Amino acid sequence: MSAVPEPTSAATGRSRLLQGNEACAEGAIAAGCRFFAGYPITPSTEIAELMSEMLPRHGGRFIQMEDEIASMAAVIGASLGGAKAMTATSGPGFSLKQENLGFAAFTEIPCVIVDAQRGGPSSGLPTAPAQGDVMQARWGTHGDHPAVAFCPSTVSEVFELTVKAFNTAEALRTPVILLMDEVVAHMREKVALPSPGEVRVVDRPRPSVPPGEYIAYGPPPGAPAGDDAYVPEMADFGTGYRYHVTGLTHGKNGLPIGPGPEAEFLVRRLSRKVEKAAPQLELNRNELVDDAEYLVVSYGGAARSALRAVRLAREMGVAAGLFRPTTIWPFPFQAVASLAAKVKGILVVELNLGQLSLEVERAAAGHCPVQQYGRVGGELMRPSEVLDALLRLTGRKV
Amino acid sequence: MGDIHRYLREYYMPHIWCPGCGHGIILGAVLRAIDIAGLDQNNVAVISGIGCASRATGYVDFCTLHTTHGRALPFATGLKMVRPDMKIVVLTGDGDTAAIGGNHLIHAARRNIDITTVVFNNSVYGMTSGQYSPMTPTSRFATTAPYGNLERPFDLCALASAAGATYVARSTAYHVRQLTTYIGRGLAHKGFSFIEAVSQCPTYYGRRNRLGAAPAMLEWQKRNSISIEQAKDMEPAEREDKIVTGEFVNQTVPEYTEVYAQLIGRLGRQGESR
Ligand SMILES: Cc1ncc(C[n+]2csc(CCOP(=O)(O)OP(=O)(O)O)c2C)c(N)n1
Ligand code: SF4
Ligand SMILES: [Mg+2]
Repeated sequence: MSAVPEPTSAATGRSRLLQGNEACAEGAIAAGCRFFAGYPITPSTEIAELMSEMLPRHGGRFIQMEDEIASMAAVIGASLGGAKAMTATSGPGFSLKQENLGFAAFTEIPCVIVDAQRGGPSSGLPTAPAQGDVMQARWGTHGDHPAVAFCPSTVSEVFELTVKAFNTAEALRTPVILLMDEVVAHMREKVALPSPGEVRVVDRPRPSVPPGEYIAYGPPPGAPAGDDAYVPEMADFGTGYRYHVTGLTHGKNGLPIGPGPEAEFLVRRLSRKVEKAAPQLELNRNELVDDAEYLVVSYGGAARSALRAVRLAREMGVAAGLFRPTTIWPFPFQAVASLAAKVKGILVVELNLGQLSLEVERAAAGHCPVQQYGRVGGELMRPSEVLDALLRLTGRKV
Repeated sequence: MGDIHRYLREYYMPHIWCPGCGHGIILGAVLRAIDIAGLDQNNVAVISGIGCASRATGYVDFCTLHTTHGRALPFATGLKMVRPDMKIVVLTGDGDTAAIGGNHLIHAARRNIDITTVVFNNSVYGMTSGQYSPMTPTSRFATTAPYGNLERPFDLCALASAAGATYVARSTAYHVRQLTTYIGRGLAHKGFSFIEAVSQCPTYYGRRNRLGAAPAMLEWQKRNSISIEQAKDMEPAEREDKIVTGEFVNQTVPEYTEVYAQLIGRLGRQGESR
């Protein structure tokens, strides 16, 4: 008899009934995550619990740190040691992680941060869903910085986007946020997990030159002249490449610099490298948009109600469609802009008082009216509420 | 003893430290201890927080990581977890480690993770120009203690010991040979080692408290230091203004990353036998 529970294994190649948080842990292991540091918080805790069980079985390591600040720090330290690393939290913990999240963005250390959003602000509604951290995922840490955030609506999408989060973090050398919500984190659905060979796994670009020629934050060898959006090659600590990593503004050799063109170049390059990759990151799971006259924009758990409302509207003869971005940062600006030019109105459905709707308004640029339907009391909106809001937008009597 | 210049990024000099700052003496002791220990330069990571002391990482030629204020230990913990073969040294200030990073200190000590921490204790926030720190003695002056400090300072070595650090020692910039020895023992120790190095900040702490220039402050360290044995025979009131130097703890306790490696081994064997 073994003294420990039976192993769960990543990507087993069969269908399983999984909770969103379980799918996240499975996706992480499948993507090659071998380090997790966290601090328990509802509704993300199951991820830490699963990682504590799965990681040592895969030769990885788990640690429960003293708080979320320390968890974020440990994840960055582990990533510098060459491990794919993740942490998971919810609103209060996400706030605590912000300073070190900015450190990871500025020093270009790949890592994945899961935020299972719950009702806020402050301690809010720990067991209830919300999407109030959308702008925090974009602008939560100080200073100009790039942001990448993915929003799953289904449990299988949690698996898929967790893998994508690791692959993106590695390819772009940047922190990636998996922005879940309590609905998606705690809901159970049948998921067909791919077998290990079927999961495409990306590793960070490692040095192609010997230590003597390595310039930690210089362009990779072979980058075109004048490349201002490059991703530098990253050496694991302890492999013979000695270099400096600092949250101070730094030059190509990694050492601190003062104000001037080199500082300007660095901050701009970091944003450009993510902007340049935006078309590849964009993934919109749309329904019925081709002939739509009215567009519903929704994401995450809220999009489940929105989809139902769109179908109900179609039954009533309203040509509605759902635009559902799974990559919310960078925001799919062009896609929304071109749809806004075609439709008569847009309804943004989200569990907040208007966050992603601000981006939609910017993209729509006055081409059509944009309204927002939000809920902040910890209850997922019902399809009928969304339908009513949609009908109001069309001018029909509700 | 070899030449410690090979551990310096001389191309990045001049450094930011003021003339007479004790931090350079302490960094020299760290580098000598690393040299004497014969560590592989490629396999040492030096990690710091924020402050004058923490700027040390920029000047030394190892894998260096200059993190956020107070957080060097959790960054170091993550690295050590995935690279248990590496020698991890944390260089930090008294504010960095005892104020904003105090919680991380006690938990790193509690886990007994194999990290050598050297605290450059100048009793003040040097980098932000002289505010009081948790190590500023009562009634001393600082820019935020214009009427004298009302708070009581920590005994950092007692704190680290109580939290579970398995090697704990204190010395001063003046006693640089003793300090080098203690740092060397910390490096050789398997587990969480903690060395408090009393430093001087003539620019802010010295000037505000009329302690004179750097030589006078080093003289003060010499005059006011007593050994653990001497301290035993003194009344608490007599000890108040003294720096107690020596080794407080040196014990063998299972180290965290080794314990974790055993877990991985155990689970692996169970997998095979199934
Ligand atoms: C989160 C945060 N808070 C405050 C600061 C400002 N700050 C920089 S260094 C420092 C104090 C450093 O004091 P200490 O650790 O004693 O180092 P010293 O400069 O004395 O060597 C402070 C408060 C900061 N950089 N980050
Ligand atoms: S301000 Fe004080 S601690 Fe900082 S470099 Fe100058 S003397 Fe040293
Ligand atoms: Mg200080």
